[in-house]
Amino acid sequence: MFGAGGGTSSYKEIEETNLIVLWGSNARNAHPIFFHHLLKGIDNGAKMYAVDPRRTSSAKFADTWLGLNLGSDVALANGIGREIIAAGLVNEAFVAHSSQGFDEYKESVEKYTLEYTSQLTGLPPEAIQELAHDYATAETAQILWTLGITEHHNAVDNVLALCNLALLTGHIGKWGSGLVPLRGQNNVQGGGDMGALPNKLPGFQNVNDDAARGKFEAKYGVQLNPEPGLHLTLMFEAMERGEIKAAYVLGENPADSEADILHARKLLEGLDLLVVQDIFMTRTAELADVVLPASVAWAESDGTATSSERRVQRIRAAVPPPGEARHDIDILFDLAKRMGHDWGTPDPEQLWDELRDLSPMHQGMSWERLEQTGGLQWPCPSLDHPGSPFLHGWLYEDDLGGRDPAPFSPVVAQGPKEELTDEFPLRLTTGRALDSYNTGVQSGGFNSPIRYGDALDMHPADAERLGLADGDQALVSSPRGSVEMRIRIDSSLVEGLTFTTFHFPDLVDANVLTSDAWDKKSGTAEFKAASIRVEPLVAARG
Amino acid sequence: MTNTMNSPETEVAVSISVDGQAVSVPEGSTILDACTAAGIDTPTICYGPNLTPVNACRVCVVELEGSRTLVPSCSREVEPDMVVQTDSDRVKHSRKMVLEFLGSGVDLSQADDLNAWSEHYGADPNRYGPDAETMNEPVKIEDDLYIRDYDKCVLCYKCVSACGDDAQHTFAISMTGRGFGARIATEFDGVLPDSACVYCGNCVAVCPTNALQFKTEFDLRQAANWRPEDQSVTTTICSYCGVGCNLELHTQDERIVKVTSPDDHSVTWGNLCIKGRFGWQYVHGDSDGD
Repeated sequence: MFGAGGGTSSYKEIEETNLIVLWGSNARNAHPIFFHHLLKGIDNGAKMYAVDPRRTSSAKFADTWLGLNLGSDVALANGIGREIIAAGLVNEAFVAHSSQGFDEYKESVEKYTLEYTSQLTGLPPEAIQELAHDYATAETAQILWTLGITEHHNAVDNVLALCNLALLTGHIGKWGSGLVPLRGQNNVQGGGDMGALPNKLPGFQNVNDDAARGKFEAKYGVQLNPEPGLHLTLMFEAMERGEIKAAYVLGENPADSEADILHARKLLEGLDLLVVQDIFMTRTAELADVVLPASVAWAESDGTATSSERRVQRIRAAVPPPGEARHDIDILFDLAKRMGHDWGTPDPEQLWDELRDLSPMHQGMSWERLEQTGGLQWPCPSLDHPGSPFLHGWLYEDDLGGRDPAPFSPVVAQGPKEELTDEFPLRLTTGRALDSYNTGVQSGGFNSPIRYGDALDMHPADAERLGLADGDQALVSSPRGSVEMRIRIDSSLVEGLTFTTFHFPDLVDANVLTSDAWDKKSGTAEFKAASIRVEPLVAARG
Repeated sequence: MTNTMNSPETEVAVSISVDGQAVSVPEGSTILDACTAAGIDTPTICYGPNLTPVNACRVCVVELEGSRTLVPSCSREVEPDMVVQTDSDRVKHSRKMVLEFLGSGVDLSQADDLNAWSEHYGADPNRYGPDAETMNEPVKIEDDLYIRDYDKCVLCYKCVSACGDDAQHTFAISMTGRGFGARIATEFDGVLPDSACVYCGNCVAVCPTNALQFKTEFDLRQAANWRPEDQSVTTTICSYCGVGCNLELHTQDERIVKVTSPDDHSVTWGNLCIKGRFGWQYVHGDSDGD
């Protein structure tokens, strides 16, 4: 919407903001040190709303928790937008100067009255109204989210609905206000920055932009395909159609992490060639024809990682890789050589300088400056540029920095793809535990005293109705498959909603259950909303 | 948080005299900051650059002209034209007594900084005799992540502050009891895994005496194989989420033995979570996790 894929704000800003809206994020568990900054904000007087179907450990710090129906995020955002307009609280100067498409947006949210939004979200109208008024009237306000927004079949719509609110109120492009997606992995931001997206070159330059692509073609002396490639979900669909016959997987474990996992495994098994470069013998590696043992990036090699506040920081080797494991770039250089391209001797700093030549937003970040400053925030276009604490300040410039006004993007509320039925009457959503990480291959290495394993968390009333007690084993089924799970009673859930982590696929294959519905715009699967049935396993009792 | 390291954008300089030397520091700085700026080293125990001063230990006191009592340099903000002495007989005597009293009843064998200061000021904790000796409590080992050795605790409050509203906001530990019975405890003095503790280890990171100690360090010390002189520290970035926490990997014999974070970095201010602090073991292929 604003032309760059990164969180708009610095961590320091949330310490000084007036209003915090944490939406679909359990940062207390998933981003604990960011949450320290957020807590400083609360200590400094900020008001906090938590919008989440679950009353998470983050939500417990909020002034108000809005426990909306799973997947009703667009409805809530549109309802907030409509209320801001109806109450005359739009930042009219900002909308007139910096945005376009307001009238269409206004029309699109007209039907989301407080009553209708309340119906869709299950929230009291007063709570929606209070959030709308607080957000519109705060001097500075941030909306922050994670996968509770983006792991839905309408993920991009969810994000756009939140962006619309920032445009209505001007809570973007100034210190303390912003839109902040918190990144789940240490370099998921950096991966996107480096062009590991099907439609982007490094520095968010479009592959179909002739001038940008031409720069890369001139540098490397080859023609590049101007057509965007496939994202992960489309790759699996292409495998199904037999159009992709080989895959080279680096540091990813899709045979455990994909939604509707049984289907994904079958597709990986059906490939002519599967190469896996990893530090573990993961389930994906077990399926591979060739396994290339790699080193631990953050502890055994030199390079950079880019954080959720767009801060590029150095990673450094502290220990050598074990046995025959090698650095990722060494493996890639050798592969290139086998294919007839001698790239010389790999050197992280040289590679970084090569990137700086091609990506204007990284130009000013010399290795030396990264060492001296403790990290720089992009864009940093020249050596004398201090880096950018927040993005989109141009929205407040007289000439908008020569750009077009930012567009409103009307979006329509849709619930989760998979509807509740008599056969599958309970909602299942997923998330992270504090002490574990993704499919557990890393976090499984230490003995955490607070680890309880993957259980199905359930409201006491649901458990009682099903005749289940805390610790009972149950058979949990979705339209895709069944797994046995331990039941954990959790009164912080609402009735009808169940929750599980997905950190122990060897014990509980939770992604057997998750929905393979995915967002056509982002390629993200709807891990956050499946429909399930739970049946007691009598044999396991007593 | 009184964060003197993160100086405000609009800096007004304040000039004071330290040991006859003129020093200029930004408004809002402490006398301790001014001493540091003047190149004067100051002993501290309960002070942490990432913690709000609690004025518990009194070892950093200095003489301030016009003040009846010695003042704690870690919390007293500079005012224009202050005249400060850090090495007067009164200051030296006070610091020596603090170190002596603490050392008489507490096991400071692993508090290298304090021992160096004791030597500097001629403090002799042994002169109070065996009656002042430690309680000889067994070390509390309740999990694989960190241990609690109450014989080494000087009640400086730093762990309480780090667990509480200076950083973690978990409030798993607090001061309990009075006088000689005073100690840091979990709720109802229960075992750690049953407490509110989330094992971030931020209390361990700020402990000045090793009363709180990472289990890896404890085990190596037990095996007489903890060799700081053979260790190196490498700063890198944690891989467990996208916040970008700086990790200091302490390595010995090409193995990670401890993880800390720089207390002057704007992302972490020295703090980490359980994954960043303890989740490194897979690097060495140790998989005794389940």
